[in-house]
Amino acid sequence: MRVAFLGATKGMGRALARLTAERGDTICLLGRNSVDLERSAADLSVRGATGPVRGVVCDLEKPEAFTSAIDAAREALGGLDAVVVTAGVFATQEELEADPALAERLVRINFSNTVMFCEAAKKALLEEGGGTLCVFSSVAGERGRKPVIIYGAAKAGLTRYLEGLDHKHHAEGLRVVTVKPGFVKTSMTAGLEPPPFAGEPDAVARRVLGAMDRGAPVVYAPALWRLIMAVIRALPRAIMRRINF
Amino acid sequence: MGEDLERISADVNLSRGLGRSYGDASLPPDDEPTVLNTTFADRILSFDEDSGLFRAESGFTLGELNRLLMPRGYFSPVSPGTKFVTLGGMVAADVHGKNQHKDGNFGHHVTSLKMRVADGRVLDCSPERHADLFRATIGGMGLTGHILEVEFGMSRIPSQWICQESRRIHDIDEFQDALEESAPEWPYTMGWIDCLARGKNMGRGILMTGRWAEADQAPPRAPKPGFQPSLRFDWPSWVLSGLTIRLFNELYYRKQWRRRSSGIVSHESFYYPLDAIRSWNRMYGRRGFTQYQCVLPREAGRASARRVLDVLTARGGASFLCVIKDFGRESKGILSFPRPGITLALDIAVRDDTQDLVDALNEQVIQEGGRIYLAKDSFTRREHFEAMEGPRLDEFQAIRDRWDPNRRFRSAQSVRLLGD
Repeated sequence: MRVAFLGATKGMGRALARLTAERGDTICLLGRNSVDLERSAADLSVRGATGPVRGVVCDLEKPEAFTSAIDAAREALGGLDAVVVTAGVFATQEELEADPALAERLVRINFSNTVMFCEAAKKALLEEGGGTLCVFSSVAGERGRKPVIIYGAAKAGLTRYLEGLDHKHHAEGLRVVTVKPGFVKTSMTAGLEPPPFAGEPDAVARRVLGAMDRGAPVVYAPALWRLIMAVIRALPRAIMRRINF
Repeated sequence: MGEDLERISADVNLSRGLGRSYGDASLPPDDEPTVLNTTFADRILSFDEDSGLFRAESGFTLGELNRLLMPRGYFSPVSPGTKFVTLGGMVAADVHGKNQHKDGNFGHHVTSLKMRVADGRVLDCSPERHADLFRATIGGMGLTGHILEVEFGMSRIPSQWICQESRRIHDIDEFQDALEESAPEWPYTMGWIDCLARGKNMGRGILMTGRWAEADQAPPRAPKPGFQPSLRFDWPSWVLSGLTIRLFNELYYRKQWRRRSSGIVSHESFYYPLDAIRSWNRMYGRRGFTQYQCVLPREAGRASARRVLDVLTARGGASFLCVIKDFGRESKGILSFPRPGITLALDIAVRDDTQDLVDALNEQVIQEGGRIYLAKDSFTRREHFEAMEGPRLDEFQAIRDRWDPNRRFRSAQSVRLLGD
């Protein structure tokens, strides 16, 4: 598989990129910081990635460069079979309420700019005759909840966009995989109190790679979150107003 | 916590890896609540398949190293008794393994470290460059600065299997003879002692020796990880009482009913028997346990081990697990633990009298001219530590005076033992 990652220098993206490296896939890394990209490229090379792991600078805050970054990745890989987007930002509801500029930036990065990146990636994959677009959304987009109002709204928008993309392009060979992680112990959630059913990045990565290989449209990780969110979605509004989940 | 150690180490004063050391070395002092967790900084930075030279961020773990590089014929030059350790922790404790008599400590194989030191600089040190900082950091329990990257030489192995031989030993003197005899022939040696056996049986146990199986001796497949049970709750304290420990020890000793037995085993069962049970420490109940590990120098003579065990048995200090091993190489690190002689490691469930027991053991070890392993210690008194370390401690503190005169880097352990 020739796969381009946006945001694989950290967290779940790092774990997923390592799995693909260990099975010998060909990898190109997109990210903000060229030194960081080089270090991750070295890690993936030693772990078994086929051919040199190339790094291409791409910042989710600079949408004007998305197309050229994807073109560069496509050229480095000699084609393109999959694009994985794990990049994004997180802040607590309190932080976002206290800092409107941060809230605006979070919604822009996690929603509009991620959508624009996916538009560019989709175009490239369709030109290749199809492929997999795997994007990390969140269970936070499943229902409006007190601790993740703004973050969840951005992720809800992203989930709906990906759903529509799947409906429109499935017949053309585009496999859109929407990943909905629950609480996963990464640096993004460090400092937050993990719930009892928190997941590990490696286990999430194994589940996501399985979904990519099968072309499954939606994957919850850890799997238990599918059940948890089904319950949360079914709760009456009166109860949601009372609980703090 | 975070992936970018260089950035997040700027304003924290102690690093911590997987937290498997038995003591308080990775805990912060009371007045400084923050510790840097390195485990997200776990990238491999380079590996030269020809020379075996390996470099990674300091949160990279030994378990990952084994998983990735053993199938390619490489193994860590030194491995402690658990694979749940980070490279940074292996440097800070200057860990040793069953091959200490032959290959020394992990620090003997480290070629370069990238560090953040007290004045904020990030720099490389090695046996040639900033040699004083390098020597103080090997075995320095994190008190010289943050270890950001570690470079060391890997060893080649012919297979992932070990030829193991076990041998019944009748007393402590025979044990020391047997370790010495096995040393030239076997790269890996260690022994289990039944600590409750007294009198003429004192120090009876089982000697385990091993070497890598050659490719034609080994099964044609890689060892598979077996079932990994996990202890999910603290056992009540009566479970590990004097009686059950006595029963376990008797059975374990009798299990080796042949004088000698041998076989091919996986490296995991040979190196990391306790890793097979996750959270095995919960066996010791809510109060937990401590480990006491000392080294008795060769000059103290054969009888010194018997004298230390006497202190333990006289006080009825029941030890579930007691390990004996000979050391053959002097350490490179200034405060590193190993030196040529015999080391004893005792697991001791914490009770009301644990402090008294450790004090008594320390007083005996001081008389023998020995010292203790900081990675295991949380009870030793400052005056005992000073009596053991003497000039080594002065040299260590002199280097800290040069690199960290304001004592930015401190731990609960350094407050207790060095008066920081």
